[in-house]
Amino acid sequence: MPERTKQKTHIEFTLNGEAVEVAFAPHKTLLEVLREDLNLMGTKHGCELGECGTCAVLVNGRSALSCLVLGLEAEGRSVETVEGMASPAGLHPLQETFADTGAAQCGYCTPGFLLVAKELLAANPRPTREEIKEALCGNLCRCTGYIKIYEAVELAAARMRGEELELPREAVYGLD
Amino acid sequence: MARYIGKEMSRVDGVAKVTGRAKYAAEFRAPNLAYGFIVLGTMAKGRIREIDTREAERAPGVVRVFTHLNAPKLGPKASTEYAPPRNTREQDKSFRALQSDRIYFNMQPVALVVAETYEQARYAARLVRVSYDTERHTTDTEAVRGSARAPSQGSPPKPRGNPEAAMKAAPVRVEAEYRIPVEHHNSMEPHAAVAAWEGDKLTIFDKTQDVYGVRAHLATSFGVPEENVQVVSPYVGGAFGASLRPNYYPALTAMAARELKRPIKVVYTRTQMFTGHGYRPYTIQKIALGAEASGKLTAMIHQAVHNTSAFEEFNDNTTGFTRQVYACPNLLAPTMIVATDLPTPTWMRAPGAVSGMFALECAMDELAYALKIDPLELRLINYAETDPESGRPWSSKALRECYRLGAEKFGWKDRKFEPRSMRDGRLLVGWGTATGVWGAFQRPAIARITLRPDGTAHVTSATSDIGPGTYTVMTMIAAEYLGLEIERVKFELGDTKFPRAPAQGGSQTTSSVGSAVHGAALAVGAKLLTLANQDASSPLKGATASDVEMLDGRLRLKSDPSKSVSVAGVMRLNNLSEVTETFESRPSPERQKYATMAHGAQFVEVKVDPDIGHVRVTRAIEVTACGKIINPKASHSQEIGGVVWGIGMALQEATEIDHRYGRIMNPNLQHYHVPVNADVHEVETLFVEEDDKVVNPLGVKGMGELGMVGIPAAIANAVFHATGKRVRELPITPDKLL
Repeated sequence: MPERTKQKTHIEFTLNGEAVEVAFAPHKTLLEVLREDLNLMGTKHGCELGECGTCAVLVNGRSALSCLVLGLEAEGRSVETVEGMASPAGLHPLQETFADTGAAQCGYCTPGFLLVAKELLAANPRPTREEIKEALCGNLCRCTGYIKIYEAVELAAARMRGEELELPREAVYGLD
Repeated sequence: MARYIGKEMSRVDGVAKVTGRAKYAAEFRAPNLAYGFIVLGTMAKGRIREIDTREAERAPGVVRVFTHLNAPKLGPKASTEYAPPRNTREQDKSFRALQSDRIYFNMQPVALVVAETYEQARYAARLVRVSYDTERHTTDTEAVRGSARAPSQGSPPKPRGNPEAAMKAAPVRVEAEYRIPVEHHNSMEPHAAVAAWEGDKLTIFDKTQDVYGVRAHLATSFGVPEENVQVVSPYVGGAFGASLRPNYYPALTAMAARELKRPIKVVYTRTQMFTGHGYRPYTIQKIALGAEASGKLTAMIHQAVHNTSAFEEFNDNTTGFTRQVYACPNLLAPTMIVATDLPTPTWMRAPGAVSGMFALECAMDELAYALKIDPLELRLINYAETDPESGRPWSSKALRECYRLGAEKFGWKDRKFEPRSMRDGRLLVGWGTATGVWGAFQRPAIARITLRPDGTAHVTSATSDIGPGTYTVMTMIAAEYLGLEIERVKFELGDTKFPRAPAQGGSQTTSSVGSAVHGAALAVGAKLLTLANQDASSPLKGATASDVEMLDGRLRLKSDPSKSVSVAGVMRLNNLSEVTETFESRPSPERQKYATMAHGAQFVEVKVDPDIGHVRVTRAIEVTACGKIINPKASHSQEIGGVVWGIGMALQEATEIDHRYGRIMNPNLQHYHVPVNADVHEVETLFVEEDDKVVNPLGVKGMGELGMVGIPAAIANAVFHATGKRVRELPITPDKLL
């Protein structure tokens, strides 16, 4: 069989709170390293051009498009993917509200939205809807029409502040 | 009293999707996997003169470069020219890659580079050198519309009454042409396949809306029995029609896997998606409406022409629904097609309907202004109480209530009729309305249920869940009719090892597969009743299947729930470790006596900046009547998504083609604009439920397509109201308003 790659680079970084070591060809993007070398498929591949936001992860707490970041750049940093959002105690409030409100439809854009929303709520626990839209402006969703995503972020923000939020009730009218 | 049906239910697959555990096609792994990267051609029509793969083959990690010179022929009839295989399913005339030196469209696949890693394949793909003998191409539908012809499938629709004469005699007439550009689905997940052979048996993980369709396509392609092919597709990251037909990459992937005797993965780039599947065709529509001064329509002539490819027919049925929207005695509504040197179009969300209704509902608005009648009033004047096409009664039609409720919620009575008469500061405000329609389709589908004595159930059907919530709704239906807590029911789909279901398209899944799940659950009850009544002391003696129901582990008489047996007990007594029933549901003959359609009314507000022509949809209220709503939570999401698709179509989406080269200029999400967060403001979706006993046992109609159908017209009408400018060519970009 032909050799797999000529040279691999070896790096160490923190992934979802745990120290990892990984060797990969140095030209690989962080997206490829996560998906192909570390088998963490939660980070999605949508355009590889930084246009769609499905591959967003947090690097040292800041959102980054992993398709535009070389894997090498993770060296010594802390990377968080969707697989690291839940804790032993359960899902992150954003995960709960995305699942409950229907903010995840096909689910493909969901991990990217979750991580960018997490970054937002860390900096701004009480965002307005306009601030939510601004923060999520780099994330595309083709299914939901975004409204349920805004509601999920608002609801999670409230829960993280220890409050509960009444969401608009879905109306189904009868013929009477 | 229903326990689940009609109640808001969170997605049963929600947790898998928010934790990254949901597995999409490209995410399946196989030992010794190699990666394929597709090389696209660079001209629109002609032949490959020479293809030089030597440098690519020498690149690190490259295993093989496939071209038309070394790729095996796919399909029953190997030929150097592309020829649709004969004697196969009508749908399977799909394009297969690397079958000849013929180039039919720009960005056609000309090679597949397979390497040990994705990056190596992608790098080597750039080293493939191709030269061509070019021929004159035509990609501009406008230039060839004169050669449009009727599609060869089906007979051309007959005129109703005498449309030409009635048009001539009409006291009020409007006539205009409307245009819709090529548009692409752009689901977030790129198409992908992972294929592995074991001898003559193929397993393929694919992004598809139709696992059985892909199976038939691959079996034909490789000359193996269908049973030898397993297609697996548990999660689909959006599709919107782009995965209804078998695209070329599954056969290409499986071909490489077979030749190299190892598993292969191929993933489209975003750019490759633009010619890797079909698209909404370029559509030109000419509409003439004739009416009496009262507003009553006397004649409708709606003629559509859209493009297809040079090697295959596609009919979007653009004018199909026009025949059933308004009561009008004289009508002509043909859809014609014309060949262009582009890939074959395909169904894209609300195919035909949203295109046809864009033109018709804008024309109705133009007529309303010609008559000086409120646009909503004009629609009520022409309300079709029965199906204008067949004369049959509707199985249900709550459109009037949709109009009423939508107008009330929106505040339509405060609308000033004159264009440019409403303002918000310096912004022009426009209010527009339109009608939406879709079918209430149902096709044969099979579901299987296994009920176990521990009160759990396993339910399967090879449908798909591209995002609407099929996993959830099927789990709800099974739980409802098996009388089980929803947590005790597991529903699986997206695998040809499960019973056959139709493609997930046309908003027919809940009606088709839901009816099968419902039927299978009732069959389980019937089986248990038969078993129970083998015991002479059964309290259900004399009861028939329709007299009983299941609830929380008991089979009981509906009329007297105190008479019941334990389901587990019946199984134990009969030494059964499970009861399995398979049920095929089919549309009932009763449907033939009725016309069955879903309807909606849309009301939108736009604010237009008069200086820069920028349009914002600040408010949208959509009221739809599509039978019974099984899961209001998922249904609202579905309709909100539809509204936003309508915003994209109205204001943003267009695939731009440079006709000099016949090449798409914006095959990426930077230049093909889909709606983003900033484009979405207030969207409210409401349902008027219909009690429809005819359409299917669950009383459900199509809704996913319906959600977008009236929106582009409503927005265009609102833009006219705001600006006084009638834009008849989508998308309504600022340049068209300046």
